[in-house]
Formats: sequence, C-alpha cells, structure tokens
Amino acid sequence: MTVRSPRTWAVGCMCALGVVLAAGCGSSSSSSSSPGVNATSITFGTHQPLTGPAAPGYSEIAPASKAFFEYLNSQGGINGRKIHLIYKDDEYNPSKTVTVVHQLVLQEKVFGIFEGLGTPTHTKVVGYLNTSKVPDIFVASGCPCWDNGTKQPYTFGWQPNYTIEGKILGQYIKQHFAGKKVGVFYQDDDFGNGGLTGLKYEVPASQIVSAQPYQPGGTNVAPQISALKAAGAQVLVDFTVPIYTALGQLTSFTLGYKPQLVVSNVGIDPTTVGALLKSFSKGKAGSELIEGAITDGYLPSTADLSNPWVALFKKVHDKYDAGAPFDGNVEYGMATAYTLAQSLQLAGKDLTRAKLVEAINESGSKLRGPGLVPFRYSKTVHGGYGGTEMGQIRGGKIVLFGGPLTTEPDESSAITPYTGTQPAPPSSGVSVP
Amino acid sequence: MTARIPHGLRSVAIALLAAVALFVASELLSEYNDLQLATGCYYFAALAGLTLLTGLSGQISLGHGALMAVGAYTTALLIGNEHWPLLGAILAGTAMAALVGLALGAAATRLRGPYLAGATLAFAVGLPALAEKYPGTFGGANGLTIEPPTPPSFLGSEFPLERWEAWVAGIGAVVVLLLAGNLRRSGMGRAFRAIRDDEIAASLCGYSVARVQLTAFVFSAACAGLGGAMLAVVLQLAAPGAFQLQLSLSLLTAIVVGGLGSLAGAAWGAAFLVLLPGWSNDIAHSFSLSTRVSSNLPLAIYGAVLIAVMLAWPTGIQGGVRAASSRLRRMRGRREATGQRGSDPIGRGQGPVASVPGSDAALSNQRGDQES
Repeated sequence: MTVRSPRTWAVGCMCALGVVLAAGCGSSSSSSSSPGVNATSITFGTHQPLTGPAAPGYSEIAPASKAFFEYLNSQGGINGRKIHLIYKDDEYNPSKTVTVVHQLVLQEKVFGIFEGLGTPTHTKVVGYLNTSKVPDIFVASGCPCWDNGTKQPYTFGWQPNYTIEGKILGQYIKQHFAGKKVGVFYQDDDFGNGGLTGLKYEVPASQIVSAQPYQPGGTNVAPQISALKAAGAQVLVDFTVPIYTALGQLTSFTLGYKPQLVVSNVGIDPTTVGALLKSFSKGKAGSELIEGAITDGYLPSTADLSNPWVALFKKVHDKYDAGAPFDGNVEYGMATAYTLAQSLQLAGKDLTRAKLVEAINESGSKLRGPGLVPFRYSKTVHGGYGGTEMGQIRGGKIVLFGGPLTTEPDESSAITPYTGTQPAPPSSGVSVP
Repeated sequence: MTARIPHGLRSVAIALLAAVALFVASELLSEYNDLQLATGCYYFAALAGLTLLTGLSGQISLGHGALMAVGAYTTALLIGNEHWPLLGAILAGTAMAALVGLALGAAATRLRGPYLAGATLAFAVGLPALAEKYPGTFGGANGLTIEPPTPPSFLGSEFPLERWEAWVAGIGAVVVLLLAGNLRRSGMGRAFRAIRDDEIAASLCGYSVARVQLTAFVFSAACAGLGGAMLAVVLQLAAPGAFQLQLSLSLLTAIVVGGLGSLAGAAWGAAFLVLLPGWSNDIAHSFSLSTRVSSNLPLAIYGAVLIAVMLAWPTGIQGGVRAASSRLRRMRGRREATGQRGSDPIGRGQGPVASVPGSDAALSNQRGDQES
C-alpha cells in the first residue's frame, strides 16, 4: 500500500474523469431559438431499422424520403428552404430508439422527428417528444396509439390506422370467404392487436378459429403455424412485418398447409417478401408463395407506371436513389416526404414548431397527393389516411381492385366507398389546397 | 514517501473525487452529453459488479443483462403502477435483483466454468421471454413506459431533465464505486481471490467456497439490478428489446476490454459501451457509401476495435494504462538515479514495492488486478 498509493489515486481519478471527458468530446454549441430551421434550410431527424429484424425492406424508406427531398431541393426547396433528413439506426430496439431520438433532438438539434419507424420503438419516445414540444410528424406505423391529438398534440400518424385496415380486410373476408374458418397470425404488440381488433369488428367471432401471436426477434414460427393448421383455418390473416410474412409462408409450405392468405399492407411488399423468401429458402422458393394473397393498399401500386404519382416517384428514384429496388417501401418513403413538404408549405415562410402542428391540424384533411383517400387530420384526430383499397398479388405485383374504401377506427362506423378523384402531381414542387 | 492511508478512507476519498468530477462534468456538458454520462453511469454500476464477480471471484456470468432487466422491470412497475418515489423504486429494483441473484447464485456455486456460463446464458435468454409471456403485467414486446422523473422543485423549473438523470445515475455509480472499492480490499475481497486461484487451498484455509461465491454473485446481481433500475429511469422504459442476450455479452466484453477485475477497468468499459457506437456510426457515415454498407459498417468497426484492443493490451485498457504508467515511472526513476547517484539508498525507482508484510499486496500484485 505504501508506494502504490499515489499512482492508484491518479489512475482512479483519471478513469472517473475519462468517461466524463470523452463524453464531452461531441458537445455542440448551437443555441438558435427555433432549433433546426433557418431562412435557407430545415432539418428533420428519424429513427429507422437500418439493421436488425425489421431492416429488410424498411431500411429503404428513409433513403427514399431523402431522395425525394433532394428532388424538391433541386427545385429550390419549400418556402426557400432546403429540407434535410438525418436518419439513424435503432435496430428496431426500443432502448436504441430512445438514445437515438435524444441524440437527434439534443445534439443534432433537429426541427422535428419525421417518419420514426415502428410501433414497439416509437411508443417509447412519444412522451418525450410531446413533453419537449418537438413535432413528431407522420410516424411510420399504423398503430392506433398515434391518433390522440388531445394527449399527444405533437404526434401525427400517416398511414391508415391498423384498426381501419383490419376492418376493411375483415369486411372482404366476411363477404367473400363466408363460412370459412379464419386464423390470424399477428405481431404481439399494438400493431398486431390493432389489426386484430378491426378484423373482429367485421368477422363474426365464431368464424375466427385461432389467433397466434409472435414476438419480433425470434425466427421459429412453426408452433404458431402448426396451431393454425391444426385449428383448420382455411383463411390465414397476417398482421406481420415482411420478415414474418416470409417465415410464416415458408413454414406453411414446409408443413404442407395451403390456406388463402390475407396480409396487411405493411407485410406484403412483393419485392421485399419475394427476396426474403428466396434468401431464407436458399433460392428454392420465391414470390410464388405469396401469389394470390389478398391485401390492401392506400397508395397506387408501384407496378402501375401509368399512374402519374408512380411515374414521378420512379423518375426521382432513378435519379437520386437508383441503388435501391423500386418497391412499396421506396414509394412509402417518397409519399410521406411529399406530405411533409405539403405541410411545410402550408405552415408558411415564418416557420415554428407550433405552426407546423397547427397547419396540419387546420388543413391536413384537405391535403391530396399520392394517397388514394384523404387524411383524417383535425385538432383531435391525428390518425393518417382514412381507408384503403382491396388488392391481390397477381404475377408478383399488387393489383388494386374495387375502388378505395373509407371508415373510422370504431365498431359502429360503416365502411363507405370513396368517390373523389386523385389529383395529378404538379410539374414541380408540391401543391396545397 | 507517502503515509499509509487506511483502505476505507481511501475508498471514500476516491468516491468523493469521482462524485465531484461527475458533478462538474454534468454542469459543463450539453444535455445530450449529460444523457450519455447517465448512460455511462448505469453501465458502470453493472460492470463494476460483474468485474468483481468474474475478475475477482472467477465466476463467469452471461446472465447479467437479465439481472439488469429484473432491476429495470421492478422499478418501472413500482413507479408506473404503485407511484413509488424514485429512490424507493430504485432500491427495490436493486433488492429484487439481489434476490434473484441469490437464487441464481445458489445454482451457480454448484457449477464451474463453461457449465456456469451455460446456466447463466439460459437465464439471459429465458428471462426477457417471460415479459412477453405475461403481456398483461410486463407489457409484452412493447414493454413498460414510465413518466420521466421530475427534478426536485428547489432546482428550479428550468433545470434540464438530462442533468437530473445524470445526477441520479451518477450517485448510483458513486455508491457502487465506494462499496465495490471497499469490498475488493476487505477480507471478503481476499477470499474472492483465494477461491479464484485455488478452491481447495482456500477451503483448507477455512473459507466456505460456496458462501464466498454466493456473496460475490449476490453483490454483483445487486449492482446489475441497480444499473437496470437506473436504466429504466434514464430511458423511461423497460422493454424486452433492451435486455436481449446481446446486452449480457456486451457487458462481459466491456469488462474484458476495460481490464478484468479492476474498477477503473469497469469505468473504461462503460466509456467503451457508451462512446464506441456513436463513433463507429460517425466513421461509417463519413464516407459516402451505399446505405447497406454504411448501416452495417458500425458492427464491423466494433469487431475491429475489439480485436485491436485485445492485441495491443491483452489485459485490457486499464492494463495498458498501468503498463504505460509504470514504464513512465521507471524511466523517471532511472533519470533520477543517474542524476543523484547514492542519494536514494532505498532505490525508489525500482517500481512497486510490497513492503507491508501480511497485507494482500504481495499476492495481488502478481495478479496485476489490484488497482481501483
């Protein structure tokens, strides 16, 4: 103890400080009164699963949004401001999401969070963002939990609420597969539960013979699929992310189980699921395993290049994001980017965080763009699109049919056809009402 | 040269110094860096316990991530459902983890080496699944979210939440530093080492191997529980995704990279866990690579750094620091010796001298795990 003491002291102190000082290296010193925006630019941040279980497919979304912003920026941006997007990997891991979002807000000083992806992830930051009054615009998830303008005034959903999707899929099943036994394979969180709730509003309880949840992260879904097979389900409804749609179909195939497949829009992008099937089966199977699946869509099918929106997105994709396949994820990223640009246009030149929120509250429901139906936005309703159109996988592509349907996410609201026409995109920039 | 400082007092002094350093840092740093500081502090608590367990008593645990989950879920449930005050909930989380550690440790004392690692591994894999099995209580895959802790009113309404979180976690880390520092110098700490080095010899000396090992396990479980409880407060969440097997493995990695068996090594390990992901991310995105490459590059960088550190300093970062400082001292000593030949008959340039008979210094000096 005699001679070593001073050294020990020094080392002890130094190490305690080591953590501290090293942590201090990255401190930034911007102190603008309205973070993330100035006369010539505006910066948004987002958390995305660039790696991890949800990465296949979904990792294309943020780069596609960024590509669309680059397209708009090349025309001068919105209200003279170039739009920047910083995307960070949260691996679909909630604890990473919390860290990443704090980093974006506190260190990168973003104006808002845009299309933060995932139900289990984003639910962990909604409280923080609303307490800090940071706009939390167009969450990339259809969880009914975003739809609460009273409690979460800064959070807005974008895609149809999963309960709305569940209802519309449920009505189709009730009409076209009457009397057949229905099984449900769903993600065990607000995503799967939201969809299942909507489905149960439409399909009689006696018709649903089995509902099997899975936890994101595991790779063995044989117990669930075997149970659905054993229950004799003739129609299998999937509320799954793409990787579990693929795992479920491969397992069904191995078990010789061939139900009519019905999949929520988020889990069926044919390019993504086809590639996953191919990779999991080492090339032995592919998109033929999802051929004929019933699904729904709220954006025009990417296979329909005659649609002016799809044509526009394809053009932008080829110029700014050519490395990615042109699929539903890319379309999703560009469509949300378009809606954000519209909202910024509405919020005006003199931009604050509160003004952006106010603009969506006031006029969000009048915004039309790539979506097949209008948004439901108001001061209290912060859910996104109010409906979808039924579709089917034919020839490896989504083909929509029957016209768009709209409804509300409760049991009593009827499902009604939407008859409004979709406007064409402007030749440059964005158009607002 | 220096007077003898009693062990207990020294631990207190080091803990006080660390507390002052943390306080000053939290005042100087920006809000985001305060959050990183808080993250480092809760990792440190868990790592300090694990490094005593693995480095000193020689038991390998791959289940400490799950013990953190016990602390986190207990705290989140008590704050969320029962509205317990912060301190009470954190202490309860610590106690609950210690209790689970007692049960796990009782099994652990019967197992050695890879079998112990296997048993704790099963615990790490199985426990998060429990949360998903009972979604009603534990919130399933979504986990539990708790309200952010509000800084006490006397700090003013403008006091940043992140700084308060850094304080809470900092206090926890300092308490662990104090207790662990004392423990490793105490008779029990010597017993840990004796059992690690030779169980038969230790039991011939009158130590109860099982009891000593159990003590080490419960202490480190409590530290992990405290770390987890502070994690729940800082992140305002307890979710299975945060406590996957990966966490347990990265805790073990961090203490080895930092320097096994030493508390300073645990501090290095905490810094490693907090800072490396951010740095590797920045490096990965500083090149204009395709998204697929740049999003997977951080993992590759992590692996490369791990290999590089282990090649350069097989005893961890703290081992490297210790080697460098003793080399420095030898060089200085030589210079002094040539400058004033004969004036220093004791020969203080000869490096560490264990001159206190009967202390544990001679034993542990050979192991090189003595420093705090």
